[in-house]
Amino acid sequence: MIAQNIGFWIIAVLMVVSALRVVTTNNVVHAALWLVVVLAGAAGQYILLAAEFVAITQVLVYIGAVMVLFLFGTMLTRARIGAESDLNNSYKKLGIPVGLVMLVAMGLALTRSFGDEKLPESAKVVSIQEVSDQIFGPYLLPFWALSFVLLAAVVGAIVLARKD
Amino acid sequence: MNLLAAETEILAPLASGWFLENAWLIPVIPAIAFALIILIGKRLPMKGSELGVASMLASLVLSAGAAYQWIQRVNSATEEQFVEPVIRSWSWWQSGGFDFGIGQHIDGLSVVVLFVVAFISTLVQIYSLEYLRGDRRYTHFFAALTLFSGGMLAMVLADNMILFLLGWEIMGLCSFMLIGHWWEEDANSRAALKAFFTVRTGDMGLLVGISMLYFAANDWTQENLGLSGFSVRGISAWALSGEPNSTVIMVAAIALFIASIGKSGQFPLHTWLPDAMAGPTPVSSLLHSSTMVVAGVFLVARLYPVFFVGLDILGSGGNLIMFIGGITIVISAALAFVQNDIKRVLAYSTVSQLGYMMLGLGAGAWLPAVFHIFTHAFFKACLFLGAGSISHSASHHSFDMKRDMGGLRKVMPITFTTWIISTLALCGVFPFSGFFSKDEIIDNVGNNGYNTFMIVGLVGAFMTAAYMTRATYLTFFGEPRGASAGHSSHESHDAHGSHDTHDIHGDHDDHASHDAHASHGPHESGLLITAPLMILSVLALGSGFLNATPFGESWERMKLWVEPRAVEVVDATYPGGPGESLIVSVPSAEEGKSKSVCGTATPEKGVCYAPKLEHAKFKWSKAMLSMVIVFIGMALSWILSVLLFTKRDARLVGLTQRVKILGVGHRFLVNKYYLDDLYEKVIVRGVAYPISSAAYWFNQNVLDGILHSISNLTRKLSGWVYKNIDQRVVDGTVNNSATFTKSVGTAAQPTQSGKVSQYGALLFSAAAVAALVLVIINT
Amino acid sequence: MFVNQFLFLAAVLFCIGVYGVIARKNAVLMLMSIELILNSVNINLLTFAMRNGSTDGHTFALYIIAIAAAEVGVGLGLVLLVYRNKKTISVDELSEMRG
Repeated sequence: MIAQNIGFWIIAVLMVVSALRVVTTNNVVHAALWLVVVLAGAAGQYILLAAEFVAITQVLVYIGAVMVLFLFGTMLTRARIGAESDLNNSYKKLGIPVGLVMLVAMGLALTRSFGDEKLPESAKVVSIQEVSDQIFGPYLLPFWALSFVLLAAVVGAIVLARKD
Repeated sequence: MNLLAAETEILAPLASGWFLENAWLIPVIPAIAFALIILIGKRLPMKGSELGVASMLASLVLSAGAAYQWIQRVNSATEEQFVEPVIRSWSWWQSGGFDFGIGQHIDGLSVVVLFVVAFISTLVQIYSLEYLRGDRRYTHFFAALTLFSGGMLAMVLADNMILFLLGWEIMGLCSFMLIGHWWEEDANSRAALKAFFTVRTGDMGLLVGISMLYFAANDWTQENLGLSGFSVRGISAWALSGEPNSTVIMVAAIALFIASIGKSGQFPLHTWLPDAMAGPTPVSSLLHSSTMVVAGVFLVARLYPVFFVGLDILGSGGNLIMFIGGITIVISAALAFVQNDIKRVLAYSTVSQLGYMMLGLGAGAWLPAVFHIFTHAFFKACLFLGAGSISHSASHHSFDMKRDMGGLRKVMPITFTTWIISTLALCGVFPFSGFFSKDEIIDNVGNNGYNTFMIVGLVGAFMTAAYMTRATYLTFFGEPRGASAGHSSHESHDAHGSHDTHDIHGDHDDHASHDAHASHGPHESGLLITAPLMILSVLALGSGFLNATPFGESWERMKLWVEPRAVEVVDATYPGGPGESLIVSVPSAEEGKSKSVCGTATPEKGVCYAPKLEHAKFKWSKAMLSMVIVFIGMALSWILSVLLFTKRDARLVGLTQRVKILGVGHRFLVNKYYLDDLYEKVIVRGVAYPISSAAYWFNQNVLDGILHSISNLTRKLSGWVYKNIDQRVVDGTVNNSATFTKSVGTAAQPTQSGKVSQYGALLFSAAAVAALVLVIINT
Repeated sequence: MFVNQFLFLAAVLFCIGVYGVIARKNAVLMLMSIELILNSVNINLLTFAMRNGSTDGHTFALYIIAIAAAEVGVGLGLVLLVYRNKKTISVDELSEMRG
């Protein structure tokens, strides 16, 4: 337990710091690389939460595919590889109070609802089989819907991005 | 409920067979054929029509086999044994704990309707081979026709309401495609839309009803029968179990009945049905005889226990189904008198006959109503196809009886003979099939104590005889007019909108051959058209003998085969396969038939699947009465028709112009009781117009009034102030308020920048504040 | 481990993501911030899955990952289109909505 707690806090701090860098850095490519750290950290947290398969999917889909997409997007829009000055809005100061107010609201709600409640100690790792039984059993219909969403997204992305 | 505590007697297993077990193939074959016609139909030698005909033939063979084996199954049961339907069910899809099944539920009712649908569909497809030859969308027509039949077949053998709904909606969609088959003409596409949307209005009721039944029945059915709350069987047993809350089941029954009204063209949603005549004649024939419109009646017959309990059928006084049925019989029969379009006469006749079926179901005459579905399908299909035959070969694609028909009995002997047989069947003349079903309905309605409605039924019979005689006279007797006299009818094409115009869409060679047809004058149609007519007229004559009550109990085959027996059944056989399972049943007390508790009290030892219904004893005296009424109707109508249309009797011609009361009535009928106007002008506009006018009135009177009075007040006040208070104070105030407004505007202006990210920022800020407020309030 | 330590981590990530959406005007960076928000939701789902001993949360976390992939695909397609038409991907230039 202690080892897991230590792991959690190291990863959590790393994630928060990287996330802050994602939203503050002046370099688009750097932001993407910081995002990789956050996503990898999230994958680590998933493993701590006994969600092996989701963690693997996170690495494959997010760090693998989505990040490549982001970098391609950056390259194709000819962003400068290097610092840029006008990445932020003129009223970016507004974001700080908004974020803080939200954090306070959520923090209050969470403390009140869960207090010192602990996660079950002996949670066993959820196997791929269990997840797939869920997906292809009771949640088959959302899965189908999702397949159509992905198909539509593929078609839509091609239609949007083609040159004519 | 303890199902096993009862004393039980083990009865012999019921016979089953391959056709019954695999009846689910019946709708699957047309569905596959549909896909094949769409994909490869155009490359086939007969443009895909052979696939449609072949698939319908296969379905016909399968359903005939199923019917035969069902009869064997019934015969293998003892007299007081409940004949278990053949149910097979698979899990179709599940989502979050809900399991949606797919499967077949074969009992007497489904077997009858399956056979009728497959039979009529096959004949209509064969007929269409000739009728639509050379049509531009020949392949698509057959694809839609095949899918349409497949939808109906799926609905008929559905074991649960989800599959039922699927079949129901497939039919709705295909009817839209078929009615609007010649959509190039504006009237046709409007008719298709009207049919679709009117039926959709009713379909809301089906969705509501199915969901209500599911949530009300699911717990009970899962616990007692191991069935889902969607299954027809479970719902039936639940409705009769004495469990359901009377309000819930009543609302569910009303919701389902609204769907029936829409689909079966009952009052007040019957307006789409005559307009649906815009489709090709084979479509009208299929839609209006055995499939589409029967679906609503079938829904009531299928979930009869729900309606029985929910609407208190056989209770004192009438119920909703009877009232709607009775009203429909009379008003649509009255409308049939003022139609000049032969297909519209038949359409209103269909509506009226469906009213009979509803009346029968509402009055507890379940079997006669189902039997009427059976016989009506044959003679109405025959009449429609006969009308198509006339327009195809004699009247140059016009359906106008007054303009383009008359005297056709000599040139079209086969069409004439089959028409007469079907007309007699429709009017209910002994021994034609309509007599056995329609008279039985009227008889049973009276027997169950609803004398008013029996009179309504007799009035309907009188009117039916009269308007059919009028139509027959106009079409086949008297002098040939218009196109059937050999005149070119092109001017009537323009003058009248309701005729089949498919030849103008055909390719030119074929168009030429059609014109050649016309120039030869009226003649008998080819074998592909007359053969279905002859087959159907034989059935219109003979099918009534399947339940010939006048000849005694042994002739009542339909009753034996189709009517579910109202006995308590202990222990569900589900899901052990039918045939293998033992049926454990409780025989009723001595003279058990009348002692069955089903439908009258809570079954204590088991479950009921059907309410106990009485059957009227046949009496020749009653039958003679209705025959006399029918003959009077025919004779009266014949005399009037001869006087009016041939002799042009001065006392009758133009009567509606001369006598004011009659004129008003005539106009009322010609305008279809102004229901269309009601729907289009009052309801559709009524929703939009009053809202906008109310808003306008509010704007003009209230808001302006307030503003005017305020400004008047202000003016006076300011005049007083100007005179009395130091001008500088006023000036100062005005200037200050202007400055304030301006500064507020300037401050708010940046929020309307059109920048997405800024809008997003505002959205998030509002959400954050709202979240904080919620959290603090919820302490 | 406390339930709240995961939930708070998710809350912090969510708020950082919201800040990013508000503060950035580069479209690609906005999309990245949205990814942060989606990930925080996933952490929540998995925490509750572990707390309740069910696997439903895993299923939906996977669905969210798939949705996010679709969203990035379409989003970057839009960004490319905007870039081709406007030669910039600053969302502040997209003010056609202004009345």
